[in-house]
Amino acid sequence: MVRFENVGLRYGMGAEILKDISFSIERQTFQFLTGPSGAGKTTLLRLILLSLRPTRGLINLFGHDAAKLDKDTITGLRRRVGVVFQDFRLLDHLTTYENVALPLRVQGREEATYRAEVIELLRWVGLGDRMHALPAVLSGGEKQRAAIARALIVRPELLLADEPTGNVDPTLARRLLRLFTELHKSGTSVVIATHDLTLMDQFEGARRLVLGDSRLHIYE
Amino acid sequence: MIGRMSIRKLNFAKTGDDAEDAADTGYRLKRDMPLVPASSIAGRALVTVIAIMTFLASLTAGAAMLISESSQDWQQSVSREMTIQVRPIVGRDLEAETAKAVEIAQGTPGIAEVRAYTKAESEALLQPWLGSGLDLSELPVPRLIVLKLSSGTQLDTEGLRQTLADKVAGAMLDDHRLWLSRLAVMGRTVVFMAVMIFVLVLVAMMLAVGFATRGAMAGNREIIEVLHFVGAADQFISRQFQNHFLRLGLRGGMIGGGGAILVFVILGRLSSLWRVTPGGEEVEALFGSFGLELKGYFLIALAAAGIAITTGIVSRIIVFRHLRRLS
Repeated sequence: MVRFENVGLRYGMGAEILKDISFSIERQTFQFLTGPSGAGKTTLLRLILLSLRPTRGLINLFGHDAAKLDKDTITGLRRRVGVVFQDFRLLDHLTTYENVALPLRVQGREEATYRAEVIELLRWVGLGDRMHALPAVLSGGEKQRAAIARALIVRPELLLADEPTGNVDPTLARRLLRLFTELHKSGTSVVIATHDLTLMDQFEGARRLVLGDSRLHIYE
Repeated sequence: MIGRMSIRKLNFAKTGDDAEDAADTGYRLKRDMPLVPASSIAGRALVTVIAIMTFLASLTAGAAMLISESSQDWQQSVSREMTIQVRPIVGRDLEAETAKAVEIAQGTPGIAEVRAYTKAESEALLQPWLGSGLDLSELPVPRLIVLKLSSGTQLDTEGLRQTLADKVAGAMLDDHRLWLSRLAVMGRTVVFMAVMIFVLVLVAMMLAVGFATRGAMAGNREIIEVLHFVGAADQFISRQFQNHFLRLGLRGGMIGGGGAILVFVILGRLSSLWRVTPGGEEVEALFGSFGLELKGYFLIALAAAGIAITTGIVSRIIVFRHLRRLS
């Protein structure tokens, strides 16, 4: 599904912030991406999402060599990936419903064809009564759930979540983790970037990708 | 894939099952809102700029149309007339020479009507310059014969000129060619200047839209990034900006074009009042009745719509190029 071979990244003429990164993510797997703050977790997720180009090395996403992709293909691949941003990235002028429906809307689908689906997902994540609300009036946890719902609405093959429990209390964090494990069981590969050890301990079987000193260490 | 079973299995909500959807509550579900936020200070400023530009462009186009139509009217009326001037020559009877010229003109094919000005009428023509109450009997005032041309038959102007020169002493045919050419040049110059002003206004507006688009893209950078991450194609994103600016353009175009139409309607009404004043005739002679025909109003509406569409297209091109550079 995702394969990195000796990937390196530097900004400008600075030192490499990621060095010789090699790993692969197989179908229906669950992994944590961890490491200290500033280690490059978000950067690595952006590389997987093809929003950054590596300085060297090979990235292969869903069988496509990232170096040879045109924009339309990249767009097509991104539609197979769900992303939950650390800072949610909800559009402030759209309601919760519209934010969650956004990935379907950009695919050109008619609103009537996905309305029921979006409402059902909003109920599932506990936002059934907040679908008319704008992000400005949502709590941190509600924003987090809206961001997760937006990532799930396309039923992605791969889910990338950047610090998904960073803004919520431990109870909600456990619920979110249960949500991700359900997703994993239903066939989605999940990558959760976090430095929350408690969260990782709750899912013993998960693979751990640990970033440190610009390099990646894998613990199966 | 997330199946419906798995969704139902995990009830995440504290109040999820109690939540009622839009249909249940009668709450109107807000959807398909523009992805580029509709109202902003920059947006309002751009609407004002487009409205002013459209207003100026429409006024220019309308004024050019008025002058062009008036110029054509003058040309048509002048070109349907010719004048024979018979100058008094010592030893020749002016009345007899005038009568001879009238006879020749009446016998010439292509002339529908011949009217010779009497001595008194000819002298009256000098009144605006010399004043009234003067005895002009000692002045050698030439006599004028106005010829109205028939629309069906072509007049042999050179033949008539030659015949008059041979048979009538002091006769001279004026076909108003000089005036016609001057009128044509003036009409064309006015229209050319109007087109130039219209093009300049359009270019200035496109530049303003370009700056506004770049500003909007900088202001909405995060929105563009999110759209990319959720799988929006560049065409989709640029279409959102195009629609946004098309809406602004339509609003500005309607205000500017509507304002220009209103000005012409008011001027048309006022000109009918001015017509009875002494200066009114001169103004009407230059600009006609000041009222645009239906075609003129249609063209202003078309120009406003064109400006709105141009606004949308310019912003789409700029956004699309910007997104291409991002990749």
